[in-house]
Amino acid sequence: MSFGTPAYDVAHLLGGGVLLLSFVLLYQRRLDAVISAFAVQGALLAAAAAWQGYIQGAAGLYVTAAIAFVAKAVAIPLALRLLLGRLGLHRTVETALGVGASLVAAVALVGLSVLVILPITAGQAQALTREDMALALSVVLLGMLMMITRRNAISQVIGLMSLENGLILAAVGVTGMPLVVELSTAALVLMVAVVAGVVVFQIRDRLETLDTSLLDRLRGG
Amino acid sequence: MELHLPWLIVFLPWGGAVVLALMPHGDGQRGRLPAAVNVGVAAASLVLALVVMGEEFGQQGWTRTDALNLPFVLVGAVIGLTTACFSFATVAAERFDDLRARAYHAAFQVFMGAQYLALLSDNLGVMWVAIEIATLASVLMVAVHGTAAAVEAAWKFFILCGVGIALALFGTILLYLAAQPVVGTGDPGLSWGALVAVASRCDPGVLSLAFVFLLVGYGTKAGLAPLHSWLPDAEAEGPLPINAVLSGLLLNAALFAVLRAKAIVGAHPGALPPGPLLVAFGLLSLLLAAFALWRRRDARRLLAWSSIEHMGLATFAFGIGGPAASLAGLLHMLGHSLVKSAAFFAVGAAAHLKGSQKIADIGGLATSHPGLGWALALAMAALAGLPPFTLFLSEFSMVVATAASQPWLLLPLGLGLLVAGGALVTAMQRLCLGEPTPDRPAEGAFALPGGLLWASIPTWLHLVLAALLALAAPAGLAALLRDGARMVG
Repeated sequence: MSFGTPAYDVAHLLGGGVLLLSFVLLYQRRLDAVISAFAVQGALLAAAAAWQGYIQGAAGLYVTAAIAFVAKAVAIPLALRLLLGRLGLHRTVETALGVGASLVAAVALVGLSVLVILPITAGQAQALTREDMALALSVVLLGMLMMITRRNAISQVIGLMSLENGLILAAVGVTGMPLVVELSTAALVLMVAVVAGVVVFQIRDRLETLDTSLLDRLRGG
Repeated sequence: MELHLPWLIVFLPWGGAVVLALMPHGDGQRGRLPAAVNVGVAAASLVLALVVMGEEFGQQGWTRTDALNLPFVLVGAVIGLTTACFSFATVAAERFDDLRARAYHAAFQVFMGAQYLALLSDNLGVMWVAIEIATLASVLMVAVHGTAAAVEAAWKFFILCGVGIALALFGTILLYLAAQPVVGTGDPGLSWGALVAVASRCDPGVLSLAFVFLLVGYGTKAGLAPLHSWLPDAEAEGPLPINAVLSGLLLNAALFAVLRAKAIVGAHPGALPPGPLLVAFGLLSLLLAAFALWRRRDARRLLAWSSIEHMGLATFAFGIGGPAASLAGLLHMLGHSLVKSAAFFAVGAAAHLKGSQKIADIGGLATSHPGLGWALALAMAALAGLPPFTLFLSEFSMVVATAASQPWLLLPLGLGLLVAGGALVTAMQRLCLGEPTPDRPAEGAFALPGGLLWASIPTWLHLVLAALLALAAPAGLAALLRDGARMVG
């Protein structure tokens, strides 16, 4: 399977689409637009998983695809929208790093993941697997970037969930990965628990310390 | 499907969790039955752990028993039982309503089951799921009071550890990617036993990348710097008894996962050597915590920072590598579990007595409550690395092993040990010696006949075990630990 065959091209297109949506997430200025972009990313991820199920002949991946679609494209975005309405949040995204700078950092991270993944996998794996891993690592790193550069809890949670989309993309892209359905479901349970935490406790502020530069908060005790 | 004995250790607490969740708890003041059931389940788990120790080692589907995990299972079961006993004596003072009491007891047993599964699993995917379940259960336990501070601590814990375990999953997928050309598709691709056997034929580049992700991911959960900042907040909030299992068990399970990864990656001579990375993370955690310890005013935060210090020390020892240093690392993890949970029991009982967990409000404990005060003093001395407890032995062997292989590392190691030890001894003097502060007991604290005694017994028991482990470890256990150290490499 190589460049020019439909199986390869469609898989590449869908994986690239998931990465593109990670960029879209980074430059939205309104929270409801962030949620919509996340829903589209979830739908593309489901399509990517289903396509991998088809080309690998692995029926389990259809289950992963169906769960991803229901949860990430429909249920979680719906819950977050309801929460936005209830909290009456003024719906702009506060960024710790400007949009332009975030996008430059994002491009650098994609470059980094390509430079890390492609050389070390040169010896063994199929071209498709290697490039899928590079795309997946990019999505993971962009999710972390979003968590670091956003100030309110909902954007940070969406950053974490888009990071997790990258993990699922990696897991479905590696041929014959054992327990892939179980692992993706377990990861989803974690995400649902995070969303439930936001909804139940109505957490709206940002997480203070993702790095150690703010250690002085702990001085009190 | 055959039900293997090690699986029972996992399923028993989970069954207990279902029973505890369904049981009416009353208003938490009268009903002591659920707390007693909790103790019963923990005691049965300990019996099962002892039985499994006597069985032949081997692999049972997704689990395996070997010299590396069984000592941790045993110590985990002991701490589970003593924590349940301490909880039985003090849970009334937490003033839970019915729903919170059910959530607390059920989450405790879910956590214990997940903890056993994380240690026993042979399949790295199952291990990841187990650590995730343990995280969810401990977040619930931290948040159970529902106060603003508790929710904030739980949220920070959740998000940071969420990122950590997400990275660990990526590392797990990469490990499979490395092994796939050799082991083919299906379950063996994530089996630790299979991966160790074929590691030398896997792609070294992918193995190295996988180890970096696993170390950073599980290292976050083990409280290693620079992603440690969830730990002091989580330890300072939440019901008092859970401190013992958070510091004593959860951190160990995460570091244990790093050890499994090290054994795989270390088996390939061409891969990135795991040693220097572990040494760097370990020293960073040790030095950061050693200086941070001097500035603590909250007794529970103090002990949490000391956990960061000790996890750093154990990681450092595994980074030095070789049978002697790895043995010191394993001993350090086990000793830290016992001594740290003892210190948390004593500080917890003192906080209930004085109505505050500030160091300034807990003073002169040895004068006013000698049984509790001297137990806390000994536990703090043990944490500072003083003899005759096991942390002294492991730190001493660490220093000897370092001097033999990397003498220049003695400088930062010695600095960290001295600064941290000094901070702990100073805190011990303020907590235990000097003028007693007035008692302001929390309502409902020590309502049992015998009162404070019940809360002090687990502390003394742990101290005795920690001393025995150093001075007179049973020959069987010592041999087991030596075999385990060889497996870590």
